[in-house]
Amino acid sequence: MLELRDVFRMAGGEYHIHPTNLALQKGTLNVLLGPTLSGKTSLMRLMAGLDRPTSGTIHFDGVDVTGVRVQDRSVAMVYQQFINYPAMTVYENIASPMRIKGADSATIDREVRKAADLLRLTPYLDRTPLNLSGGQQQRTALARAIVKNASLVLLDEPLANLDYKLREELREELPKIFAASGAIFVYATTEPSEALLLGGNTATLSEGRITQFAPTIDVYRRPVDLITAETFADPPLNTFALTKANGHFVLEGEPVLSVPAHLAGIPDGPCTVAFQPHHLALKAQTPVAAPVTVRTAISEIAGSESFVHVEFADTRWVMLAPGIHDIEPDAQITVYVDTRHLMAFAPDGRAIAGPAAA
Amino acid sequence: MTARVDTQTPAQASSQTTASTTEKTVAAAQAPRRSLSWIIPTLYIVFLMLPIYWLVNMSFKTNTEITGTFSLWPQDPTLRNYIVIFTDPAWYSGYINSILYVVMNTVISVAVALPAAYAFSRYRFLGDKHMFFWLLTNRMAPPAVFALPFFQLYSAFGLIDTHIAVALAHCLFNVPLAVWILEGFMSGVPKEIDETAYIDGYSFPRFFAKIFVPLIASGIGVAAFFCFMFSWVELLIARTLTTTAAKPIAATMTRTVSASGMDWGVLAAAGVLTIIPGALVIYFVRNYIAKGFALGRV
Repeated sequence: MLELRDVFRMAGGEYHIHPTNLALQKGTLNVLLGPTLSGKTSLMRLMAGLDRPTSGTIHFDGVDVTGVRVQDRSVAMVYQQFINYPAMTVYENIASPMRIKGADSATIDREVRKAADLLRLTPYLDRTPLNLSGGQQQRTALARAIVKNASLVLLDEPLANLDYKLREELREELPKIFAASGAIFVYATTEPSEALLLGGNTATLSEGRITQFAPTIDVYRRPVDLITAETFADPPLNTFALTKANGHFVLEGEPVLSVPAHLAGIPDGPCTVAFQPHHLALKAQTPVAAPVTVRTAISEIAGSESFVHVEFADTRWVMLAPGIHDIEPDAQITVYVDTRHLMAFAPDGRAIAGPAAA
Repeated sequence: MTARVDTQTPAQASSQTTASTTEKTVAAAQAPRRSLSWIIPTLYIVFLMLPIYWLVNMSFKTNTEITGTFSLWPQDPTLRNYIVIFTDPAWYSGYINSILYVVMNTVISVAVALPAAYAFSRYRFLGDKHMFFWLLTNRMAPPAVFALPFFQLYSAFGLIDTHIAVALAHCLFNVPLAVWILEGFMSGVPKEIDETAYIDGYSFPRFFAKIFVPLIASGIGVAAFFCFMFSWVELLIARTLTTTAAKPIAATMTRTVSASGMDWGVLAAAGVLTIIPGALVIYFVRNYIAKGFALGRV
């Protein structure tokens, strides 16, 4: 188990990582989800021991490892950039952590070939990394992380620089590859969809702060605050600032929506109501869909689906509509919000009620 | 698919014809100009090579021919001048001395510059930028400024007329240069490689020797070349700090006036032999020289 106890890191008078408590269990997959500069890499560097926390301690299986050199820790890390040793062959690259440990050459050969086989690098073992494609270079880095057989595996956006197809393929394989080792697996990503596909637990980060850490699906379904919900939405979360009064959400005295059953319990007063882009539709698909009149802005067609940008009382919403919709801009149309999935947040951002349908 | 290819073929064919006709017209228009375009580089090379050719030319002539007649190539080619240099200890020891202190200096400069450059490239510390710039300012003072203090200091330590004295003195301007060149090459290596090595379990010395040095091998080559070159051509300090035992070749060359007058032929042969080491070293780093002149920052 990896524990961060009151760990924070400051540099130049600014928090890189706000005081954090986090416990990652053995054999789990943990996703760090957050936009660029949210502190994913900083947090990983603290976990790896590449940086020392300004204060706080890091424990591994109950042992304080805060000041332990990275060489003496059981850690493997893969970066977003393809980092290999350019002067060595792929074989030597993969073998390097075992060579340092002083394993005998038969073991090294067996392990390297096993890892190479797993990552389909066998034909390239005699080449140098710079003569490989980006995907092969990253697979070499991953193979090196596998043979190290570390108890903590840190992957810092390992697939961000790969093309779409390779990314899908590797994303599917990676958890399987590392699951067998029983290691703690930490995966940083900027993409909510990647977190959902990987499953496991997710810690959402925003400006160096962990906003929520729970099983991925729970974070997605029941974010504890507005920032978490926004971090976990791509395309961006749709929000409107409303006031709850007499069973209605009211905007400037006009009732907009009737309050759905699962939000009935929240106190009257101002609140922020939010929903995911795919819970907004052009047609009423369910009996509980509530009509809202909006002004259209632009529509983007992304193959089988369209992103329709609309404006509701000066707030920009995105609708993820299946099919191709080329909608006239600047028109008044009626769209339907699936009220079962509405989330309500207090004015300070705290979640006060989540969606009813789990 | 096929239909698309078919429809494209005539279009491609026509575009190819257009392209080839355009090429022809351009070629026709350029034809007279192209026939003259060799003149300027040729002139440049002729002017550049003329003194060197003249030196080589003289080295194969007798003194009588050099002083008596004007000939574009040796009328009576002789190897006597080279034989003199390779047999007379006064001459060949000059080369040995020069090569000795130049190699010592190159080794010291690069060995000292490697850790310094690594520190400048990887760590931030108080005044690092100022110090880095200050290093380069050492190159801005003329060597003559240092000749006197060096002479005094080295005399005090009894180092006058030793190879190490010249080698150390030349470090004054070679170490900063090597630091600057190596820092440029090192900064081109991502810091993540260092970290990956530490994560893999490499200790710092092992990482440096096994992973880092091979990555900046061309930079080390270029830095060594520049140290070699500057130390090889430097005359003033080398001459000030030596008398006989470590006298450099360039100093020997300036003291060739004998009772029988100037020995032009031998002097020319010595000049030719002085150019050769530089030319040899340049050959090995020819692909990286430009990057070296940009101090590794291309």
